[in-house]
Amino acid sequence: MHYQAAASWGSYVTPRNAVVGDPLERIERLASENAVVIFSMSTCCMCHAIKRLFCGMGVNPTVHELDEDPRGKDLERALMRLLGSSSVVPVVFIGGKLVGTMDRVMACHINGTLVPLLKEAGALWL
Amino acid sequence: MKMDIYEPFQQVGMWGDSFKVDGGLNSIASPMLMVDTTVENKSEYIPQESREVSGADQETTNKDVIKMRRRLAQNREAARKSRLRKKAYVKQLESSRTKLLQLELEIGKARKQSLYMGTALDGSYIGSTSETINPGIVAFEIEYGQWVEEQQRRNEELRHAFQTQAPDVQLNVVIQSVLNHYSNLFRMKADAAKADVLYLLSGVWKASVERIFLWIGGSRPSQLLNIIVPQLEPLTDQQIVGIEKLCLSSQQAEDALSQGLEKLQQSLVHDMAVDPSGVGNFGLQMALAMDKFEALEGFVNQADHLRQETLLHMSRILSTHQAARGLLALGEYFHRLRTLCSLWSSRPCELA
Repeated sequence: MHYQAAASWGSYVTPRNAVVGDPLERIERLASENAVVIFSMSTCCMCHAIKRLFCGMGVNPTVHELDEDPRGKDLERALMRLLGSSSVVPVVFIGGKLVGTMDRVMACHINGTLVPLLKEAGALWL
Repeated sequence: MKMDIYEPFQQVGMWGDSFKVDGGLNSIASPMLMVDTTVENKSEYIPQESREVSGADQETTNKDVIKMRRRLAQNREAARKSRLRKKAYVKQLESSRTKLLQLELEIGKARKQSLYMGTALDGSYIGSTSETINPGIVAFEIEYGQWVEEQQRRNEELRHAFQTQAPDVQLNVVIQSVLNHYSNLFRMKADAAKADVLYLLSGVWKASVERIFLWIGGSRPSQLLNIIVPQLEPLTDQQIVGIEKLCLSSQQAEDALSQGLEKLQQSLVHDMAVDPSGVGNFGLQMALAMDKFEALEGFVNQADHLRQETLLHMSRILSTHQAARGLLALGEYFHRLRTLCSLWSSRPCELA
């Protein structure tokens, strides 16, 4: 189970890019605002599936639809760099830390590490 | 006598007009009706010609006029009949063309069916030059046949190791090879999904009985657990908890994927909807639909990923012995399904 520790975010932000409104900073900020944050696209059906997964577990995720965000393209590009792949949605952050895309989330749920993570972030109580 | 001669001329004129109106002779009540105006039947006019009297000059002129008008009428009738024949011929051509297209479609379909369902080593279709053959799918068909045979062999190996009470170390080696074999299947399916996701989703490559339980191109992970778990007694309390959690999480994951797929299906239906106003970009519609097929590939991959993770995590929860028993049960289950399938397809058909 890997996450991006908050400290390593700094390595992605070069002095040149350290301006307000930098997409990566914005992602980090948005990811920290809620226990479970999903970056999605309204037309993506896999995104719908991941939303249903969390809702089915009793979790209430915060969803940011990139295609409905005026600066969505920038966010998309930043996520692409972060993940190192062209398929960026859906991507999930729990407790401000990057969990990953559908593959990762599914694997975590099956091997039993997702629930503890959610409880730790305060998204699940039981 | 003159009257006898001139009346027919007037009626010929009417005849011509009637042709223009409804093209049918039936509307004219005239002695001329009795005469067939085709060129072949000129002879019937002869009696009338012989009735002509009066001066030689007038006779000649009258004869010429009669001949000319008769000829014109004959031409008109011949032209009309020719047009009707042409119309009938074109109609026949069009319906034959439609029939031909339908037959071509059916042949294409039947060919695809026999290609995809034919035995792997049947060389007759591999050499075919039809452009509907998908080499990725042909390869999958062959590989899957080989996979099934190999699966049988590995299961036998597992059973032998189990029954001879082989040491855990040896048992683990066999267990790992069985798990690897399943991984091979998922890899093959991923390639097949890239080649033709609709083919893979249809499940035609599976035994017909297996298709009853089809869920996104394969078995439900929860079903795999239902087959394995009853074989695992006795279980420790910790294992029971672990298995219960696994059953729950696999069920939740399954439901999530099912719902995502359902949304995809709905959007596909929406894309394909015919605009009642007739205004719509057919090309764009088709392109959007094709994109959705790519998304289908994603779902097949996630479903297989789920199956794989479920099997792997299950084997981690269990002891070596239990894992061997579970995998043996799984392999045996699918073997029986395939046997059932052969029995079913070779059952004697009832005579009507």
